[in-house]
Amino acid sequence: MSDTPLIELRDITKSFGSVHALNGVDFQVLPGEVMALVGDNGAGKSTLIKCIAGTHTPDHGEILFEGREVNINGPKDAARLGIEVVYQDLALCDNLDVVQNMYLGREVARFQILNEAAMEHTTQETLKSLAVTTIRSVRQPVATLSGGQRQSVAVAKAVQWNSKLVILDEPTAALGVAQTEQVLALVRRLGEQGLSVVLVSHNLHDVFETADRITVLRLGRTVGVFERRETTQQAVVQAITAGVPTKVSGIPPSAEAQL
Amino acid sequence: MTTADVVGPDRALPPEEEQLPGGVAGLYHRAWLNLRTGNLGAIPIIVGEILVVIIFGLTATNFFTAVNFVNLITQTAGTAMLAYGVVFVLLLGEIDLSIGYLAGIGALIVAELQLPGSSWQMNGILAMLVAIAACALIGGVQGSIVAFIGVPSFVVTLGGFLIWQGVILNKLEQRGTIIIQDRWINYTDAYIFSHWLGWIIAAILTALYPISILYKLVVARGTQIAQQNWPLVALKAVGIGIAVFGTVAIANHGKIISTPEGLPLAGVIIILFFVLLTFLAKWTTFGRHVYAVGGNAEAARRAGINVSRIRVVVFMISGATAAMGGIIFAAQVNSVALTFPPGNLLLNAIAAAVIGGVSLFGGRGEVRGALLGAILIGTLQNGLNTLSVSNGWIYIITGLVLLGAVMLDTVAVRLQARSGR
Repeated sequence: MSDTPLIELRDITKSFGSVHALNGVDFQVLPGEVMALVGDNGAGKSTLIKCIAGTHTPDHGEILFEGREVNINGPKDAARLGIEVVYQDLALCDNLDVVQNMYLGREVARFQILNEAAMEHTTQETLKSLAVTTIRSVRQPVATLSGGQRQSVAVAKAVQWNSKLVILDEPTAALGVAQTEQVLALVRRLGEQGLSVVLVSHNLHDVFETADRITVLRLGRTVGVFERRETTQQAVVQAITAGVPTKVSGIPPSAEAQL
Repeated sequence: MTTADVVGPDRALPPEEEQLPGGVAGLYHRAWLNLRTGNLGAIPIIVGEILVVIIFGLTATNFFTAVNFVNLITQTAGTAMLAYGVVFVLLLGEIDLSIGYLAGIGALIVAELQLPGSSWQMNGILAMLVAIAACALIGGVQGSIVAFIGVPSFVVTLGGFLIWQGVILNKLEQRGTIIIQDRWINYTDAYIFSHWLGWIIAAILTALYPISILYKLVVARGTQIAQQNWPLVALKAVGIGIAVFGTVAIANHGKIISTPEGLPLAGVIIILFFVLLTFLAKWTTFGRHVYAVGGNAEAARRAGINVSRIRVVVFMISGATAAMGGIIFAAQVNSVALTFPPGNLLLNAIAAAVIGGVSLFGGRGEVRGALLGAILIGTLQNGLNTLSVSNGWIYIITGLVLLGAVMLDTVAVRLQARSGR
């Protein structure tokens, strides 16, 4: 793959007091690929995506977006670049319907008066383009949706804004088997539509079902980047728990580990 | 994996809603479905109101008189006005305990500003605007303490409750009663429209509902919210027409000695505020954000909504409607006295909103609930008064109605949850 990465993080460090959450992380996502970000608890996954989302600012290191160096100093900066995050706890309002949630905070309005027609039409188009067909009515409250449907709405909400990079934080953590499949299919579809996806997950089954490549974090460092087709779950588990034994220090971690 | 596989598991949904037949059959089906699933809307409260009217009509000799009817409208107006503000506060999941005495402050300000012979005497309309603005400002300060310092609204407005009660005491303890002579201020309660003007207003108010439907059809063309069950719309339109024209007809019938009665301005004011605030809640970005913050404040914040600003503005609305309600109450007795606010104003206003189906936990409820709740409470208390029931029993019965309404609502919500709506 020789394209310019959509986003590239180089040598990112981030400390909270004496805790070094990120210790020189390199991370890149190519256009249109699903990149999984895996690692044990405390490996730095959350901190890393928060650096991309603008919630945290890295202490050191650089972020390149489409080849240009950028500063992401807040969620608004991230949104302007086309980066959207779907957090684990969804951030949907149960009492509002699907359309209202999709446009939450970015309502189509003239002189403060809502344009419901435009919002409903676009919502329906977005859901259709993502083949989210299980939602009966876009005017039903989100409280009445199943977990998978809610996750689909949350993802569609992120995709709607011409985003280029969608970060999904544990999207299947609370879902049953069938609903997990539904969400994973949605993730694959995002990749097929040319969006880049970062999939943060504990579940290697999910990762191997969807990801093109897998980045493994361990103790705040990147210990390996795997091509999904060329690796096994066992190798990834080993990287998560013990690091990559064949890795020699000095070799840039972004060079793909061949196992 | 094909799309069909993905779609499969979630498809097993009750098809009944999608396949509802249209027309009158659809109306019947929908009513039945709503009843089973606990989606009662405003039906219980309207049924309750009709029952109360029938009972008092049969038992109290002077309940069904035109004069009492006009009284009922003006007595309800103040409570309804405060309850409108309560709706917005409750939608956020907050509470405002200060509105009773804020109403008193609003009344006190207009009374002071219209005082003849004082150096600051001003036109009554201007005085009312100043009072409303001042109470909105006070509400804004209380809201800011909630939003920016993070003190629970219960505590902040409990402080407000004591503070504004104290201010009124300080101001009126020596002065006793301040008489309001300004005719504009007194008009808010007792201005009576001439009979033909009453009919014109009735026609305009009756047209409002069809206009709102038309507005939906035009603005939201081709969307699901524009879809209507036409028999239901017709039923509502006719019902509203009967209620409005009936009100004017009865009010026009009244006569105090030889002065003819008619539709009081207070009734028109509450309807105007009802329309305005409903539009604000349902059709504006601000209203949407109020519902969002009440539903999930964290989600609203992440969506880029300025949650603090919404909180402050809502408490400003609460202060402003309290002032307007207070002015109407003061105009009723043409004065402000130490006995202000009358009766259990604060609790009646909150009860009106809650009886009207507004949730105390935020995110659920409508402005119309406050109006219907205030009318029910007003009718109940007025009817019991005409039966010369003691105040103690009036409180007890109001309390029981409140309990009954909330129990019904709680059961309805549980039914809704069970039926997945």
